Amino acid sequence: MGGTSFEKRLCRYGKHDFIMIEESTIKEGIKTQEYFVNMGPQHPSTHGVLRLMLELDGENVKKVIPHIGYIHRSIEKMCEKDSYRQIVHLTDRMDYLSAHMNNEAVCLLVENGLEIEVSDRVKVIRTIMSELTRLASHQLWWGVMGMDLGALTSFLYGFRDRELINDIFEETCGARLTMNYNVPGGVMFDIHPNFQQKVKDFIKHFKTKLPEYDDLLSNNVIFRQRTEGIGVLTKEDAISYGITGPTGRASGFSNDIRKHKPYSAYDRVEFKEILMETGDTFSRYKARILEMWESMSIIEQLIDNIPEGEIQSSAVKAVIKLPKGEYYQSVETARGELGVYVVSDGLKSPYRVKFRSPGFSNLFILDHLAHDYKIADLVAMMSTIDLVVPDIDR
Amino acid sequence: MSAITSYFKDIFLAIKTLITGMKVTGYYFTHARKEIITQQYPENKDTLKMPDRFRGIVTMPHDENNEHSCTGCSACELACPNGSIEIMWDRIEDPDTGKKKKVIDQHVYHYSMCTLCNLCIIACPTDAIKMAQTFEYATFDRKSLTMVLNKPGSKIRKGVEE
Amino acid sequence: MYNFSSLTQSIHDYLASTLSPELTSVVEWTLIGVLLIAFVALSVMGLVYIERKVAAFFQLRLGPNRVGKWGLLQTLADFLKLLMKEHITARAADKFLFNLAPFIIVIAAFLAIGAIPFALGLHIMDINIGVFYISAVSSIGVLGILIGGWAGNNKYSLIGALRSGAQIVSYEISAMLSLLAVVVLAGDLQLSAIIESQADGWWIFKGHIPVFIAFIIFLIAGTAETNRGPFDLAEAESELTAGFHTEYSGIKFAMFFLAEYVNLFIIAAVGATVFLGGWMPFHIGNWEAFNTVMDFIPTIIWFFMKVGFIIGIIMWFKWTFPRLRIDQILVLEWKYLLPINLVNLLVVAFIAMMGWYF
Repeated sequence: MGGTSFEKRLCRYGKHDFIMIEESTIKEGIKTQEYFVNMGPQHPSTHGVLRLMLELDGENVKKVIPHIGYIHRSIEKMCEKDSYRQIVHLTDRMDYLSAHMNNEAVCLLVENGLEIEVSDRVKVIRTIMSELTRLASHQLWWGVMGMDLGALTSFLYGFRDRELINDIFEETCGARLTMNYNVPGGVMFDIHPNFQQKVKDFIKHFKTKLPEYDDLLSNNVIFRQRTEGIGVLTKEDAISYGITGPTGRASGFSNDIRKHKPYSAYDRVEFKEILMETGDTFSRYKARILEMWESMSIIEQLIDNIPEGEIQSSAVKAVIKLPKGEYYQSVETARGELGVYVVSDGLKSPYRVKFRSPGFSNLFILDHLAHDYKIADLVAMMSTIDLVVPDIDR
Repeated sequence: MSAITSYFKDIFLAIKTLITGMKVTGYYFTHARKEIITQQYPENKDTLKMPDRFRGIVTMPHDENNEHSCTGCSACELACPNGSIEIMWDRIEDPDTGKKKKVIDQHVYHYSMCTLCNLCIIACPTDAIKMAQTFEYATFDRKSLTMVLNKPGSKIRKGVEE
Repeated sequence: MYNFSSLTQSIHDYLASTLSPELTSVVEWTLIGVLLIAFVALSVMGLVYIERKVAAFFQLRLGPNRVGKWGLLQTLADFLKLLMKEHITARAADKFLFNLAPFIIVIAAFLAIGAIPFALGLHIMDINIGVFYISAVSSIGVLGILIGGWAGNNKYSLIGALRSGAQIVSYEISAMLSLLAVVVLAGDLQLSAIIESQADGWWIFKGHIPVFIAFIIFLIAGTAETNRGPFDLAEAESELTAGFHTEYSGIKFAMFFLAEYVNLFIIAAVGATVFLGGWMPFHIGNWEAFNTVMDFIPTIIWFFMKVGFIIGIIMWFKWTFPRLRIDQILVLEWKYLLPINLVNLLVVAFIAMMGWYF
C-alpha cells in the first residue's frame, strides 16, 4: 500500500468557531474525510442538555468537542444580590443530586468565616443527611448506567430504592430533591421522631438489595466485556486534569476531602477511601458501588447516638455580614470536590461567588479518553464519569 | 491445552453470570403482585397523605372568626430570595390606644415564582404563614397563580403583636 | 386428538360442490390469504401488548392499563395513530426502493408463516423440505433491511442497515445448523414428519444433551436474527439514531415494526415445532393412560403454549441484559456459537448412528 499523507486545514464551523480537520489521502487516489456528528442537546444518554460534537472516522471517535451552556442560569450572578441565608437555596439547583452537600458547603463557609462553632447534634445530622444524599445519587447513577448500556430494568430498580431515601427526606425536610435544610449556623428544623427508625429500616433493606445490583450488572459477562479495559485514565492524567471524586479515585488519585480536610462529623467515623489501580470504566463503576457500602457503614456508626444539642447556633445574628476578605470551602459531593469561593466586602451580600464544580473538570477528559474508541464505548465512558449537566454550567 | 480450558471456562462462567442475572428479574416478574411500587395516582387521591412538613404552597391559616396573625411586618418579604411575596400595608389608627400602626392590607404571593425554600416561614415572627400540603395547582390561566393570602374582610387576632 | 382436516375437508367439499374447480381454488386461496392476514395482524397486536405488559412486570410497574380494560386496546390505538401520520420521503431518496423495502420484509415473513403447522390438520403448505424452506425464505428479509437502509439516503441509517445485515446473515447460519441436530435424529426435513416422530416424547427430552445444547444455541441465534434483546444495537435508542428504519414514518414504519414481531413469532414457532413437539401433546414413552389424558387438551392450545413459552424466554433476555457491541456480536457468533454448533452436530450424528437416544 502506498503511504498516507495527512493534511490539516482550518474549517469554519458555525458562526464563530474554527476547527482543524484532517483529510487523509491514500496514494491510490481514495480520499477519506472524517465527518462530524452531533450528539445533540436532546439525547437520552447525555444526562442533561449537553451537546457533543463527535469527529468520527467510520466508527471510531477521533475527537470529542463538548458544547456547554444550554442550562446556564447565572447562579453566581444571582448570588451577588442575595444575602448569605438566601444563597443556600440556589445551590440546591446546581448539582441537584447532591443538593444537601451543596447547601452544606455554603453554610460551612459562613460558619468558618464568622468563626462560629455549631453543636455536635447539627454536625451529626448534617453528616447523616450527606451520606444519605450520596447513596441516593449513586443509586440513580447505577440505574442510568444500566439504562445507557441497554439493560432497561436497572433504571427502575435504582429508582425504587431511591424512593425510600426520598421519603425519609420528605418527612424530615419537607422536600425530596431541593431540600434547603441547612441554614448558616445549623439546620432548619429538628429531625422528625421517625427519622432514626426509618433510616435503620432503610439500611437493613438496602443491604439485601445491593448484592442484587451486583448480580444484575457487575458480574454480568456482557457488562464486563463492555466496560473492562475501556477508557483507561492514568493517575498522572487524573492529577493533571484535576479529576476529583470517584472518577479520580478509581485511577489511584487520593482526593477524598472527607479524609484530607475533614468537616462536620467525618473525623469521628471510620471509613475507607476507595482507591483502585486500573482506572478503566469498570473500576470507576466498582469504586462507586464500594462507596455505597462505605456510606452505609458511616450512617450505621452515627445513627444510633445522635448527641443532644441546639439546632441553630445562637451566635449567628439576624443579618449575616462576613468580614472583608476571601473565603474558600470545599466539600466532597457525590461527583467530586465542590468548592465555594466568596469574596466579601463586608456587606450583607457577597461581592463575588464562584463555584468550582466537579463536573466541569471531569467533562473534559472525555476527549482525552475517547480517542479511537467506538461510539458505544463513548456512551459507556460518559456514564461512568457521572455528569450532571446543571453542575457544569451553573 | 490451556487455550481450550480457558475457552470452556469462559463459556461456563458466562452462562453462570447470565443465569444469575435472569434469576433476579425472574423473581420480580413472578412476584409482581407484591413488588409493584407504582402508585395509581388519580385513583388513590383519597388515601394519599403527604407528610406534615411537606412544602406544597404558602398559605395563611385563618381561624373560625376569619382572623389571622399577620402584622404586616414584611419580614417574609425581606427573607424571600426572589421577590415572590409583596406586602401591601397601610397605617391606620388603632381604636384602643389612638396611635397609628401598621396593618396588613394585602399579602400578595406569586406562586409562579416561589421556589418553596421555606425561608419566609422561618422568618415570620408571629407564625402567620404556613406551608400547606396540597400540590395540585396546574392551571390554564397564569393569573390564578398570583394569590392574595389574607381573605377579604379578615383582620388580625387580638394580642398577637407582643 | 381433534383433527382439523375434517373441518377443512368439509369446507372444500362444500365449495367444490357449488363452484367450478378453478373458482374453488381461487376462493380457497383468497380465504386462506384473508385468514392469514387477520391472524398476523391480531397476533402482532397481541404480541406488542404482551411485550409491554411483560416489560412492565419486570420493571415493577403496571404497563398500559387505561385504554380499554387492562389496556387491551392500547396497540390498536397505537396502530391507528401510525396510520394517520404523514408519509415523509426525503427529497434525495430513491423513491422506488424506499417504498419497496417494507414490503419485502413483510412478504418474507408471510412466506415463512405459511409453512408452520398450527395444529393437526391446520398446515397450509406441507412442503417436503419444510425446515430448509423456512430458513431459505427468512433470508429474504435481509434484503428488505439493506434496501431500507440504503434508500433513505442517510449515512446513519446506512450504517445501521449494514450492521444489522451482517448480524442477521451471521446468526442465520447458527440458527439453521442447530435445527439440523433434530433433523438428523428424526431423519426427515418435512415438518409434519418431524412432529409425528415426537409422538413418544419431544426431541428436547429424547435427544438429551446435544439437542438441549442445540436448543440453547437456537434461542440465542433466534434473538439475534430478529434484532432483539441484547443484540439490538442497530436500533438502540441510546445510540445515535434508530437504525435502518430512521427515515420511515407512518404505516411503513408500522410494517417494519410488524415484521419484527412476526419474525419473533416465526422463530418461536419453528423452535417449538422442531424442539418441543409442535402441536404434539406431552407424551412420555408408552405410558398410554398419561398420553390419553394429555390428548384431551386440543392440539392448537399446545402449540400456542409452547410458542408462548419460547417468546417468554426471548423477552426475558431482552429486559435483563445490556447490549453487546457489534464486534462482540460477531465474535460471539463466529468464535463461539459456530464451532460449538458444528461439534454438536458431529456428536448428534454419532449418537444417531449408535442409537444412544430415547
